[in-house]
Amino acid sequence: MASHLPPKPIAQYEETAGGGLAAGAQHAPRGLMRWLLTTNHKEIGTLYLIFSLTMFFIGGIFAMVVRAELFQPGLQLVQPEFFNQMTTMHGLIMVFGAVMPAFVGLANWMVPLQIGAPDMALPRLNNFSFWLLPVAFLMLLSTLVMPGGAPDFGWTFYAPLSTTYAPPSTTFFIFSLHMAGISSILGAINIIATILNLRAPGMRMMDMPLFVWTWLITAFLLIAVMPVLAGVITMMLMDINFGTSFFNAAGGGDPVLFQHLFWFFGHPEVYIMILPAFGIVSVIIPTFARKRLFGYASMVYATASIAILSFLVWAHHMFVVGLPLVAELFFMYTTMLIAVPTGVKVFNWIATLFGGSISFEPPMLFSLAFVVLFTIGGFSGLMLAISPADFQYHDTYFVVAHFHYVLVPGAVFAIMAGVYYWLPKWTGHYPHLRLSQWHFWLSVIGVNLTFFPMHFAGLAGMPRRIPDYALQFADFNMVTSLGAFLFGASQLLFVWVVIKCVRGGEKAPARAWEGAEDLEWSVPSPAPLHTFETPPDFQPQQH
Amino acid sequence: MAANGEQQARQAGVRRTVARTLVVLAGMFVFAFALVPLYDVFCQVTGLNGKTSGRAQALVHADVDTSRTITVQFITRGSAGLPWELEADTRQLRVHPGESREVVFRFRNRGEEASRARAVPSVSPSEASLHLRKITCFCFQEQRLAGGERLEAPLVFQLTPGLPDDIKTVTLVYTLYPVEQALARRYLGFISEGDQA
Repeated sequence: MASHLPPKPIAQYEETAGGGLAAGAQHAPRGLMRWLLTTNHKEIGTLYLIFSLTMFFIGGIFAMVVRAELFQPGLQLVQPEFFNQMTTMHGLIMVFGAVMPAFVGLANWMVPLQIGAPDMALPRLNNFSFWLLPVAFLMLLSTLVMPGGAPDFGWTFYAPLSTTYAPPSTTFFIFSLHMAGISSILGAINIIATILNLRAPGMRMMDMPLFVWTWLITAFLLIAVMPVLAGVITMMLMDINFGTSFFNAAGGGDPVLFQHLFWFFGHPEVYIMILPAFGIVSVIIPTFARKRLFGYASMVYATASIAILSFLVWAHHMFVVGLPLVAELFFMYTTMLIAVPTGVKVFNWIATLFGGSISFEPPMLFSLAFVVLFTIGGFSGLMLAISPADFQYHDTYFVVAHFHYVLVPGAVFAIMAGVYYWLPKWTGHYPHLRLSQWHFWLSVIGVNLTFFPMHFAGLAGMPRRIPDYALQFADFNMVTSLGAFLFGASQLLFVWVVIKCVRGGEKAPARAWEGAEDLEWSVPSPAPLHTFETPPDFQPQQH
Repeated sequence: MAANGEQQARQAGVRRTVARTLVVLAGMFVFAFALVPLYDVFCQVTGLNGKTSGRAQALVHADVDTSRTITVQFITRGSAGLPWELEADTRQLRVHPGESREVVFRFRNRGEEASRARAVPSVSPSEASLHLRKITCFCFQEQRLAGGERLEAPLVFQLTPGLPDDIKTVTLVYTLYPVEQALARRYLGFISEGDQA
């Protein structure tokens, strides 16, 4: 790591950091209660990230069960009922338990540091919104041992599968989703209040790092659509337990209404899972290209456009429910329109790289892989947006390939890039270079081996969510399963790198990366428990 | 003092932001529920989900357009947990827009106990549902059949001449659903005649 600047002592913090720590330690409870009662944004951020990593592995184990069963045709390991529970729980846990909390954790850690705020605006609410999560997901996981089994209707929980034909544990599923939703909403309120009110004096909106911008927009999306999710699952609850017929055709309801409501939430939800990833990558690429981000303002406007458009495209998930032609066309064109702001972003990342003095530290490796692989996911999304073509692709492995490309080498790689980028700030040590590189290359090979053949299986007609398949898909599935085992196993390496980095390693200076310019790099590494108790002196950069 | 004032200004700002986001939050929750009736109204106006009117409609007196002939198909489907049969006396008819026709449907309860059911209609393509007028239909109310009982019930319908030119075939699907007392009362569009059962 020859490229790092030598440690640059920052006088202000050399003096206050120790004092801040001591002051905090005086009334801070110790042991378990410290973590249970903490209102410190850094500690809560850490809790979120540890929780998310745990869920990532639990959801990952479910995915391994799925891939083991699909390793060859026929039923070998699990019954179809259990297989359905595994696909459902995998989806639910990865979406609501792994990806979303990971981004909230990064926001907790980094948003106050990046805007020069001493903490989140509502620290106690912050504590509450974290501790809702373990309760929610323990409840969700407990459905696995309940009579009738866990939810088995897919993470999209379409009615009437999730109402008339649902297992008894569905009520627990609804309650846990309500809690996870409340947690997200409270987190979003907190982030909005922090960003809008606690910026360092002199920092205008257009001076904020892009991670802060994308999170602000994501938080607005959360505020707008999590109540809709809450509404939908409340209607389900009433249909199941109180005899209403929101989604029951026998009683005058309409199952298609469920899909409209679900995807009105669900499509903005997928942008909730990708916009912060855009932010992370937009912060990392300029650092390691040693250039200012190309087109800062257009990045902000592109993010906002994607967020607004996300409310106008939901029915592209429903092209085959029997929409009238006008609706098919409308949703096809609006969906394709999203490629424009997304294209602006990809262009800006590449233009930032152009002519830069690029170095390939682990965060940069993950970010570059993100740009390439997310774009592949974007392209298959564009193919799915073509309504007549979607009639063939719908509910095949092509769809599975598409959304895993945008979520795994998309969202998850961005989270890992963020973790590698900020680990020196969190722990004071650089992550072990050689091991991180192994982790990266194994992940990148594993991910492509897993998800690329799914495109072909899907185009050849393999339906999703099935425990058995026709013989002609055997080879694709075997490759996919091998890739999945490789990807799954290489994540253990990630845990090792993180633990190693917490325990020790090459010492990191305050500005851990040469090209890093945002405010978080002005506090020492590791960041003391309390930072920016007096607002920093912020000098706007020319973006 | 200046720092203190700034602190207070920030706290007031936070409070204002939280209050505003809470209002948006509540609004969106209400909006989610409001979407249910809005969806129904939207579908009724546009005929999008293929639902037909739950009430008898008057015949439209118009000239029969003999230049066009539309195929009307009838599909009936039973329901899990209900030992009933439903059949139309004809699978398909050829009609001219404007003329009214009658089709007889036969219900049969193959079970041993009395039960109640309702046939829920759906029209495909959905654009046709605005131009399909039902003068009489068994689907306007529930049916109650004793064990082994049979029932013949008519459907009298008319396709209005306003039916779009590109529609050559209209399919009417009737799906039988078991009726629970509680559900029947709630279902607004239906005139329930079997309540005392």
